[in-house]
Amino acid sequence: MNNVLYRNITRFVVLVLVQVLVLNQINFLGYINPYIYILFVFLYPVKNSRTLFILLSFVLGLCIDLFLDSGGIHAAACVTIAYIRPVVLKFCFGTVYEYQTIKFDNVEFGSKLMYITILTVIHHFILFSLEIFNISKIILILQKTLFSSIFTIILCILVTIIFSRKTK
Amino acid sequence: MQQIINFIIRNKTFLLFLLLLSLSFTFTIQTHSYHKSKFINSANFLTGGVYNSVNNISEYLNLKTQNELLTEENKRLRTLLYNSTNNHDSIQLDSTLINSPYHFTTANIIKNTYSASTNILLLNKGTKDSIKEDFGVITTKGIVGIVDNTSKHFATIISILNTTSKISAQLKKTNHFGTLTWNGKSPYFSQLVDIPKIAPVKEGDTIITSGRSSIFPKGIPIGTIHDFKLDAAENYYEINIKLFNDMTNIEHVYIIENKDVPEITNLLKSSSSNE
Repeated sequence: MNNVLYRNITRFVVLVLVQVLVLNQINFLGYINPYIYILFVFLYPVKNSRTLFILLSFVLGLCIDLFLDSGGIHAAACVTIAYIRPVVLKFCFGTVYEYQTIKFDNVEFGSKLMYITILTVIHHFILFSLEIFNISKIILILQKTLFSSIFTIILCILVTIIFSRKTK
Repeated sequence: MQQIINFIIRNKTFLLFLLLLSLSFTFTIQTHSYHKSKFINSANFLTGGVYNSVNNISEYLNLKTQNELLTEENKRLRTLLYNSTNNHDSIQLDSTLINSPYHFTTANIIKNTYSASTNILLLNKGTKDSIKEDFGVITTKGIVGIVDNTSKHFATIISILNTTSKISAQLKKTNHFGTLTWNGKSPYFSQLVDIPKIAPVKEGDTIITSGRSSIFPKGIPIGTIHDFKLDAAENYYEINIKLFNDMTNIEHVYIIENKDVPEITNLLKSSSSNE
């Protein structure tokens, strides 16, 4: 149990630092940045209390907001995906989730990809809608959502593959 | 009462979610209105400290280009100095120079963003160096933004690449003035609106600050006209400006303090209350 706690704390700190110090400097093609700090939300243990999880996601988003001077946009997006995560989990993993035995290291690649994709797209859409805050620029919002999502999804998959511990 | 408590306990996750979501919406809306993001900003001890220590390392990486910029400015200033018509063989004690309204402070940018639509920069000078809200920030080439929040050692700046930023600017040739805004697209271009149709606008003309806002002195370069068109009502020009500053690569900046601001604001306040 302690092991899980420490791993999540480390993940939290490392992801925030990597996000603000490295990934937000990328600006690929001028505006495309991956936001892989949401990996924390993806990989947070399913069994733990939901209240704590939503609170932690809020704090995670707020940390990113503090560093990026963006008000509360990351916090809002993070809280939302944390809240809807059980629904997405049920949708993507089906019965495995029902019995609460899910381990992200050894699930099927296809369902993992779907899980990450759905949450990432929702997160990015909320993020950019709030950032641009102007419904007349919906094309720009969708464009940013699409390109950044692709970037984020690829990086998230790569990171989960690299840091996965095969428990056979 | 029992039922209310039961309801809260049953829906505690959803209620917490709603609470946190509305909290973050509040923060978001605050940042979208000018000068209101008092609580969530990076000019605090933790984030400022992290950015400062990282910047200590990363500033070595573009030392060369920054040096070139500074040498170029030195060259320009020396040309001005040696070509000035004042004679240098006697020392003048001019009290008007001592009382000049603008006071400059140097600072380093320790966090720069240009890809979001509300870009905010972070400086390594704060209230300790008597930096306050609404001071102007420029580089050797042109304007950068306006100081927003300050802490003891750090200050955040609303960059000109911020959709909420509005700075008074004018044509260099004539005194037609308008508002400098940004449409959130390219970090190399900025938009000047509300220039009247009668103004002689031509591609390649220089745009400078107008000195009307008492933040920037008149004549600080902004950029050149890239293209222009009339707005929907065909009364005003919408001008695309190519910025002199490369906003993606700035390091050394100057903060301008206008010592006349209290006097000006007092005067404006008293004249508006007389009406």
